[in-house]
Amino acid sequence: MAVENGSIELAGIVKSYDGNTRVVDGVNLRIPDRAYCCFLGPSGCGKTTILRMIAGHEDPTHGEILIGGQDVVGLAPVERRTAMMFQSYALFPHLNVRDNIAFALRVRGVGSQERRKAADAMIEKVRLTELADRLPAQLSGGQQQRVALARAAITGPKVLLLDEPLSALDEQLRVQMRQELSRMQRDLGITFIHVTHTQLEAIAIADIVVVMEKGKIKQAGPARDVYDQPQDRYVAEFLGGQNVLAGQIERIEGDSAVIASQEMRDVVVPLGVRRTASTGDRVDFAVRRDDVDLMRPERGGNSERAKVPSRVRAIEYQGNFVKVILDKVGQDELIAYVPDRVFYRDPFSIGDVVIAGWEKQNARMLA
Amino acid sequence: MTADLTVKADPVALRRRRALAPSRGGRPWTFYVLAALFTLYVIALYGPMVCIYILSFQDVRGGLVFPMRGTSLHWFVDLFTQVRTGDVKGAFSRSIRLAVVVTIITVVVSFMSGLAFRRRFAGDTVVFYLMIGSLVAPGLVLGIGVGLICNTLGIEASWYSTALGAQLSWTLPFGVLVMFAVMSRLNNAWEEAARDLGATAWQTTFLVIIPILAPGLVAVALFGFTLSYDEFTRTLLTAGSLNTLPLEIWSMTLNVTSPSLYALGTVTTLISFIIIGVCLSSIARIQKRRAVGPGAH
Repeated sequence: MAVENGSIELAGIVKSYDGNTRVVDGVNLRIPDRAYCCFLGPSGCGKTTILRMIAGHEDPTHGEILIGGQDVVGLAPVERRTAMMFQSYALFPHLNVRDNIAFALRVRGVGSQERRKAADAMIEKVRLTELADRLPAQLSGGQQQRVALARAAITGPKVLLLDEPLSALDEQLRVQMRQELSRMQRDLGITFIHVTHTQLEAIAIADIVVVMEKGKIKQAGPARDVYDQPQDRYVAEFLGGQNVLAGQIERIEGDSAVIASQEMRDVVVPLGVRRTASTGDRVDFAVRRDDVDLMRPERGGNSERAKVPSRVRAIEYQGNFVKVILDKVGQDELIAYVPDRVFYRDPFSIGDVVIAGWEKQNARMLA
Repeated sequence: MTADLTVKADPVALRRRRALAPSRGGRPWTFYVLAALFTLYVIALYGPMVCIYILSFQDVRGGLVFPMRGTSLHWFVDLFTQVRTGDVKGAFSRSIRLAVVVTIITVVVSFMSGLAFRRRFAGDTVVFYLMIGSLVAPGLVLGIGVGLICNTLGIEASWYSTALGAQLSWTLPFGVLVMFAVMSRLNNAWEEAARDLGATAWQTTFLVIIPILAPGLVAVALFGFTLSYDEFTRTLLTAGSLNTLPLEIWSMTLNVTSPSLYALGTVTTLISFIIIGVCLSSIARIQKRRAVGPGAH
């Protein structure tokens, strides 16, 4: 009956604490064995609750959780072959690194010799050998995280659940530990489920990104799909890097719509997911910020490009690119990421009138 | 085109900064006023006790007031050998045994109620206020009440039954209040982590919760012990025929007119200090082992 692999299936999961508000509201998801999956969403969207339900620290109000094909609702964490790494790591402050890591073996009644051997092997795996006798308070954040990882991994789980594992670290260390998590996941060959509210973290590390809002899954798929082809305004805005603009369809031309609003005229957008849209509909579409380029108004341009006249409102130098913030289009931000070298060939200054343009096929309709 | 934007340290600016922080040099006059006030306070607090300790070291000619008459340990010997000074040895051993029992019960019960009060339960506020109520109830009245009830029920008052109960009505609420403060350091994630790693509820309690809270538990024990060891008002009418140490001292003040009374004060204080010292150093040892010492086990 033991769980043999780390594939996970969530079927119609609902969680409600008071019977009224649903923290998790009907989640269906399939995560293959040995995948690195990130749940991404703002705080309070239910992502941590899902993690805790997979871990067995909470039970779903409705629905089934299958791990390795077996329904695990009601089973203890150990029987599920899951292990959890807590947000602040929850290392036992009175035990040294070795005893922390060996804790799971100790409560199973493994003898002290054998326990020590297994713990030391794991300590070596996370490169903490010279710190084995230290107490958690004497370790840096990154070292504590490695102890937490080793402690969770020592029982050979099939699924490792990580609750905001990088949020306690400073920026530089976060990038470094991100790589380390990725390496550990490949080393251990098990499923990792990682909860975060940081978009960059999720898309950098995950095979599958699950974007959540208010207890529901908004979009799930490979990182690049979710970033490059967001399904709706929420996903596009949450993942960032996109301009999300609203307008009204003026007319349909073949498989494209011609969209207009107070600030835009004759912007052509392929119909894409809004195949059934008709004249007069209000629609949202997205254009990546790095697909937007800026021109001085006196220069013309070909008609294959969408053009929005605007003005430079603010300029932020970001190193390899320059973030140029333009006047809003209705309620929506319009921002261009211009490569550093391109920008400084003919730099704009605040207040300059510009034409923001993009290739027609780079705009995407949103649901 | 690159402009040098770094600013060199300006000697005038440095001097000005120093002038703005005059406290570096002499202390302000308020320091001396407050220091004098504090000194007076310490003298008022410890002066009377120190007088008693000094007077207990007189020789045979010693009296109850200054000036000192000679120095010796005569009255300490007298304390433990003379029958007329009362049953000091017996009272002392009763007090210690009672305090140990009170301490154990206080630590165990406060620990368990501390765990219970981490979650809300039906009637938790009522229980809490009942507890505080017994703290503010006048001790003597409470003692009389205990005596009355036991009398009615036909239970004979003694130091190990009725007095124990009366003392617990005092030490338990204190212990629980201290335990609340101790428990606030306990992070739920530790218990969850233990459960996640396969520990049973018992294993979690004994391998995680109790070791983490150990310094706080020692503090509660210390509270329980000292509160019981010098408890007077609640014990007075509930101890029955055999006295505890504070009761013995009190009865001595009525009929003993020699410095052996002072000697007893010195001995009991010394014992209190030893107990407090042992507790504090064990807390310090636990903390130190956690803070420093790689290789500590």
